[in-house]
Amino acid sequence: MRTLRVFFARFAGFFSTQKREKGFSEELASHLEMHIADNVRSGMTPEEARRQAILQLGGVEQTQQAYRERGSLPFLESLQQDLRFAVRQFVKNPGFALTAILVLSLGIGACAAIFAFVDAALVKPLPYRDPARLAWVTEKVALIPRANLSYLDYLDWKSRNHVFSSLDVVSSSSLLLASPTGPVSVPIVRASDGIFRTFGVTPILGRDFRPGEDLPAAAPTVILSYSAWQKRFQGRSDVIGQTITASGLVYTIVGVLPKSFQFAPRGNAEFWTTLRPSSGCETRRSCHDLVGFGRLKDGVTMQAALADMATIAAQLETAYPDSNRGQYASVEPIADVIVGDVRPILLLLLSGAALLLLIACVNVSSLLLVRFESRRREIAVRGALGASRRRLLRQFLTEGALLVGLGTVLGLAFAQIAIKILLHLISEDELASMPYLQGLAVNLHVISFSIGVAMLAAALFALVPVLRLAAANELRHDLAEGGRAGTGMLWRKFASNLVVVELAIAVVLLAGAGLLGKSFYRLLHVDVGFAPEHLATVDIAAPHELFPNDEDHVAIQRHILESVSALPGVESAAVTSVSPVTYNGNTTWFRIVGKPYNGEHNEVLEREVSPDFLRTLRARLVKGRHFTEAEDSTKPGVVWINQALARKYFPGEDPLGKKIGDTTLSQKSIAEIIGVVADVREGPLDDEIWPAIYYPFNQNPDTFFTLIVRTSQREETILPALVEAIHKVNPDLGTTNESTMRQHIDSSETAYLHRSSAWLVGGFASLALVLGVVGLYGVIAYSVGQRTKEIGVRMALGAQRSSVYQLVLKEAGWLTVAGVVAGLAGSVAAATLMRKLLFGVRSWDVPTLAGVAVVLASAALLASYIPARRAASVNPVEALRSE
Amino acid sequence: MGGKTDVWQGTLALMVLKTLETMGPLHGYGIARRIEQTSDNSLSLNYGTLYPALLKLEQEGSIVAEWGVSENNRKAKFYKLTRTGRKQISKETQQWEETTALLARFLSPGEEQA
Repeated sequence: MRTLRVFFARFAGFFSTQKREKGFSEELASHLEMHIADNVRSGMTPEEARRQAILQLGGVEQTQQAYRERGSLPFLESLQQDLRFAVRQFVKNPGFALTAILVLSLGIGACAAIFAFVDAALVKPLPYRDPARLAWVTEKVALIPRANLSYLDYLDWKSRNHVFSSLDVVSSSSLLLASPTGPVSVPIVRASDGIFRTFGVTPILGRDFRPGEDLPAAAPTVILSYSAWQKRFQGRSDVIGQTITASGLVYTIVGVLPKSFQFAPRGNAEFWTTLRPSSGCETRRSCHDLVGFGRLKDGVTMQAALADMATIAAQLETAYPDSNRGQYASVEPIADVIVGDVRPILLLLLSGAALLLLIACVNVSSLLLVRFESRRREIAVRGALGASRRRLLRQFLTEGALLVGLGTVLGLAFAQIAIKILLHLISEDELASMPYLQGLAVNLHVISFSIGVAMLAAALFALVPVLRLAAANELRHDLAEGGRAGTGMLWRKFASNLVVVELAIAVVLLAGAGLLGKSFYRLLHVDVGFAPEHLATVDIAAPHELFPNDEDHVAIQRHILESVSALPGVESAAVTSVSPVTYNGNTTWFRIVGKPYNGEHNEVLEREVSPDFLRTLRARLVKGRHFTEAEDSTKPGVVWINQALARKYFPGEDPLGKKIGDTTLSQKSIAEIIGVVADVREGPLDDEIWPAIYYPFNQNPDTFFTLIVRTSQREETILPALVEAIHKVNPDLGTTNESTMRQHIDSSETAYLHRSSAWLVGGFASLALVLGVVGLYGVIAYSVGQRTKEIGVRMALGAQRSSVYQLVLKEAGWLTVAGVVAGLAGSVAAATLMRKLLFGVRSWDVPTLAGVAVVLASAALLASYIPARRAASVNPVEALRSE
Repeated sequence: MGGKTDVWQGTLALMVLKTLETMGPLHGYGIARRIEQTSDNSLSLNYGTLYPALLKLEQEGSIVAEWGVSENNRKAKFYKLTRTGRKQISKETQQWEETTALLARFLSPGEEQA
């Protein structure tokens, strides 16, 4: 208790040193005055009186010193001195200090920025109550590990399971809202009524959905997302009870969601409404459009839940073989699904940033070493004047810590900028699917992480002088020699090892960047099966509520194609139900008329397209004929299949003229194969080509389709005219996602993930290359400086300039070779770890590795050429005289 | 100054506190003189060591200091005992008595302990 009190008193005393010392001077003065007066009174001369008083005091200076030490904490005092001295050192040698701080801040900044993303995506829990107990519940089929759930299956799963305290479903959807440029499609979620109770989220305004509000007969209600509330209603609290008219229905607003709420599968959803299953899909067991969320009962594990759902799925398979054959269950922790895709990439980037930081630290360590060497004399003098080894060490630690501290502060500023830039690079759609990244900035987590990293770095820097001081027993020798020749041997060995480490890390990062870049290049040059240039696309929504009949959709599509084709510059136009290079989904089951059928589901992609689809895309019809405009529901059914389907289901046969139908071969489903299409890439760039069936849109219309236009002009310029033409056809049609096919492909999730990792690792690698080469330069230059005398002697004895070059370059060459070899081994290991992120490239891709080796070797050669030249131009006479 | 005893480590604080208890508020020089007088000039007190000790007592909260005017009209810093200081005196006095009693038993001749 008393000790603590004293400590605080002294700590506070540290900040009032001047005032206290001034007060004490006065106190001492008055003390001496009184003492002298007493002495004089007892008969001494004034001089003697003064002398005796000071003598009995034990000296004025000494007393003041003792008082000063007592007044504050000597530790803080000397820290302050050390800091002051360190700052003076830095100011005296600004080149060193700036380089070290900059290098460190780059490393720490890169780490902190990437960590901010890792923290947001992988560390922070999802904003639901007890998210570890939330399961992502879907069906599973052979081709698709997470296949949507059908409504009727959901009802059975919900009533029969014993593992979930609640099980709710959502379906991504959209609504048409009026806007100045005509109706726009707004992303929404339809959900069963208990969804927010399952999530453990309560509306901040109004109420939750009530039980029963998701039934078909219920009045439409809507809960607003926080951002929609701010954007569309300016955050007014009187929105509860107001109505929204959208897609021909009137919705009553009953609640507003909290700001912290996020839902990655539909991150940009503005409204949440109830399911009210009425459309055709939710009356059929074979139509899958839902994703389930279950909250585990206490004590139930994910595995147990999966086992229970698998049992139910098996029961349904037996009960409804037509629709449920091969429909299994999938139960996973919700976090695995939401961040599963980005986890490996984030970890890759974090490793890259960590390597960069390591190289930065190694670099600064060798800078510190060089400085230590050049300060040997100073150290020796201070030692001779009585500085203990501990005191010297503390001085170096303080300098290291100050460097790291400044580097960290600057690094955090870099990180903040980097985070903003990286967020900008993410497309809006991507960002919507990663809501956990919203508002990302340097926060407390990132700062604590950086401080942790900085402390490690500081410890590393402390190690260098510790080792060095331990080795530097020859203080007196240093004093005499002034740290000239012959003392650098140990240092040179140590620094050389550091450089090898640096070069090896640089090789690993360069190789990683090379492989990722090559993957990305391969990915963008994947054969998509059509000519993606000069294509513009617009998504069009013609909701059921406004356009109830199939004929309406056929007519609308015809009108749109007619009016768009009349626009200047348009060469041809077509529609499809899903734009190519989107996803392997929207599947159907088919069977072949006249072939034995064992009841297994032949799952293939289903697309509805207009007759000019292939001509507009410049895709190839391998055999057969195009659809005609006249082929509508009144004519016999026709289809195209792609080559993948022909290979899989008609091996060695001519599919033309064969008939296919649904699993029961119902009369209206029967269609004749009239063409085989050269594979068009419907799914993501890095996935296989799936078998696909193309139906004529006129025979199989849809409420939602994509218009694709081939134009002779620049495709971006035609987009406004397209939207205008569509609204001229019918002002109630919704339009979204106006884009060019190139943009669509380049911004697809696969391309995005590959591009971002390639660019970021490439950035890290370039920095690493620069740092590594600078490190090599430093070591060689220092070594040449140390060996000036030796070189002088050699040249005096007749060595040629060329052999001096050889001498220096050989030293650099060995270091480079060692670094490159170690690095290449590391690269293969690293690439094997990240092979899942590579596309079309092996982890031991020889051209990449060879290229990296050449780049690094030439950079290293360049870096060592400069000191070699300096060595070769040594004047032997001067070199010898200088010693 | 042969024959004088040096001040033992740790005893100075108690002497200062006790002096202030007897004399009331006093300045540093006064305390030093008083301690010398009390010891009948048998202590060799280095006046300079008194001030860090006073500062330490101040930090511990046993005394407080205030500038005032001395008996012959000089500006001086006066130290005053606090309640904590009084408690400390009784505590340390007791400790000293126990210690000296213990030592006395060791030092007194002719007594052998089993």
